[in-house]
Amino acid sequence: MTSNNRIFSLVVPVISVILGLIVGAIIMAVSGHNPMEAYAALWRGAFGDSFTIGETVRRITPLILTGLAIAFAFRTGLFNIGAEGQVIVGWLAAVWVGLVIDAPMIIHLPLAVLAGAIAGGLWGFIPGILKAKLGVHEVIVTIMMNYIAMFVTNEIIRSVLTDHKTTTDKIAGSASLGSEWLQSITFYSRMHYGILIALFAAIIMWFIIQRTTLGYELKAVGFNRHASKYAGMSVSKSIILSMVIAGGFAGLAGAMEGLGTYGSISVMSGFTNLGFDGIAVALLGANNPFGVVIAAILFGVLKEGAGEMPTGAGVPTELVDIIIAIIIFFVASSYIIRWALLRMKKEGK
Amino acid sequence: MKKLSFLLVLILGLGLVLAACGGGDDKDSKDNGKEDNAGDNATSEEASDFSVAMVTDIGGVDDKSFNQSAWEGIKAFGEANGLSKGNGFDYAQSNDKSEYVPNLTRLVRDEYSLIFGIGFELKEDLQTIADQYSDTNFAIVDDVVEAPNAASITFKEHEGSFLVGVAAALKTKTNKLGFVGGMDSPLINKFEAGFIAGAKSINPDIEIDVKYAEHFGDATKGKTIAATMYDSGIDIIYHAAGGTGNGVFNQAKDIKQNDPEREIWVIGVDRDQHEEGQIGDHNVTLTSMIKRVDVAVQDVSTMALNGEFPAGEQLEFGIEDNGIGFATTNKEAMTEEIINTVNEWQEKILNGEIEVPSTRDELKEFEAAL
Repeated sequence: MTSNNRIFSLVVPVISVILGLIVGAIIMAVSGHNPMEAYAALWRGAFGDSFTIGETVRRITPLILTGLAIAFAFRTGLFNIGAEGQVIVGWLAAVWVGLVIDAPMIIHLPLAVLAGAIAGGLWGFIPGILKAKLGVHEVIVTIMMNYIAMFVTNEIIRSVLTDHKTTTDKIAGSASLGSEWLQSITFYSRMHYGILIALFAAIIMWFIIQRTTLGYELKAVGFNRHASKYAGMSVSKSIILSMVIAGGFAGLAGAMEGLGTYGSISVMSGFTNLGFDGIAVALLGANNPFGVVIAAILFGVLKEGAGEMPTGAGVPTELVDIIIAIIIFFVASSYIIRWALLRMKKEGK
Repeated sequence: MKKLSFLLVLILGLGLVLAACGGGDDKDSKDNGKEDNAGDNATSEEASDFSVAMVTDIGGVDDKSFNQSAWEGIKAFGEANGLSKGNGFDYAQSNDKSEYVPNLTRLVRDEYSLIFGIGFELKEDLQTIADQYSDTNFAIVDDVVEAPNAASITFKEHEGSFLVGVAAALKTKTNKLGFVGGMDSPLINKFEAGFIAGAKSINPDIEIDVKYAEHFGDATKGKTIAATMYDSGIDIIYHAAGGTGNGVFNQAKDIKQNDPEREIWVIGVDRDQHEEGQIGDHNVTLTSMIKRVDVAVQDVSTMALNGEFPAGEQLEFGIEDNGIGFATTNKEAMTEEIINTVNEWQEKILNGEIEVPSTRDELKEFEAAL
């Protein structure tokens, strides 16, 4: 049974990606574009040379973290739609520390990264405590928290961090995750050391969930809240902690953007979509930390590579969006397929 | 351990699929794109090594506003010089902020001679890229970058906004005007300051309600703001909000449809938005503040083609360069009388009699002097 399940979770995502690519190819062929050439461009756009590889890694980094943020909360049975807002406050806090504090790198950089995580955690704490103490549904609260995060951040950038400008100054070099060495080997891509932090975070999530009492309790609450309570666990503590840790992961994703990719923060006219893509990443990764890493790689590759399709293969941008959406659709429905098949199995018994 | 091997197989499988797709024959399709310009090639040999491209901001190339206008300029330039899309000129669309750098880099590597960044959002990224690739020429629209290989194109939007402000003050019956901005940023503040200054030059007691949507592409929000404004007795709204402004037009048209007697107007921005305002026999577009991004883009491209690229310079297009103007398409609403008065004020700006404010601070001084 267990090994069956493993093969299962291996085959389903692969099939759904292939299905997505095939349907995308059919649509391109029907509309008069060469799918082979388009996918070649997609490949080139993601892995064509050291620059694009660097940019792909750069794009994967925050996706891993937002994927973890959603997967972690989901383990406790919480649907964290608020990763988006947690990313934004984490970004703001990291850049703020990067701008204001003057310290050697060994203190400054960890402090800035930590600030991002704490801000994200705080943003997760509010829906967590509302859920735990008052039973307010976390989906509603986190969605609203996204808007609060975006508009408050915009206002802080405009009136506190700058004098009515749209972008802050660059953070001090001692808080930057960027490296000239990485830039020189990837031809000036924006790849930065954040990928190491993201991978480390995945290990941390695995450790918490699989190897600690806390993780056991969180999972137990996710499986059955009432049974956990009966067993003497504190359900509300688990819910709050789960949201805080999840928010911390998302806050880290924001810190990656602020300290690595951009080195600053700009007024946002819309969401970053990192948090929303994180939902799909977590679903595809089956809420498993290492699955999340793989899913984030897949998403990053697709999104980065797609940029090459209009200029490289003449596929219109709109069509590229459709193809990416179809691939994501199949990838996301793998979750449904798996669920349905498992249901059938259970009933068959 | 089993998990790990599962992941490994997943990556390998994906790689295999993509690689298989990538290895296919692409010789026939490569020709497709080149077919349509094969005939023109002979006539344009002098231009064959010059190419120009642009990177849009989030609005996209069909935003009915300034990205579209820039693209029209590049197309016009390309067609005049025997180039075709994908072979001599092209654009790269950005769906979010993180795509500016890859898009710019991609165009650099495709060896375009001149690359435009459209919109102030690209400022930082264009600055970085321009420093890295000193052999390519860059130009940014709506902001300033400082690099020896980059030109900056800005507009005197405050002057154009001043003129439509004058027109609005002459047209209003309720003496209440509205301004809907995209983002509260120095650029959009120029529109706001100019508009208020223009309206108050005609009638110092006029009331102007200023609202920002915090988004350039949220038509729903534009509609909500417009609904509140029209309900409060405002009869003319000037929008400087890109796609968000489409919501302002929708709301005005809705009101007009339900109550054809009510006189309400919208003032368009960037392009002549006459078409957006058409509802039955009426048109709610009073006028538009026209910002000829296409003219500017075309001018700069031509300069670069002739080897006179204004590298490191800051070009500011205003009324005198035909870079800024106002629309008179709606003949019924923009009466002879209004047009004449607006033209008088335009003369005053041109001969330096009035200095139009471009920031909120300058506006305060301007109002104090009235």
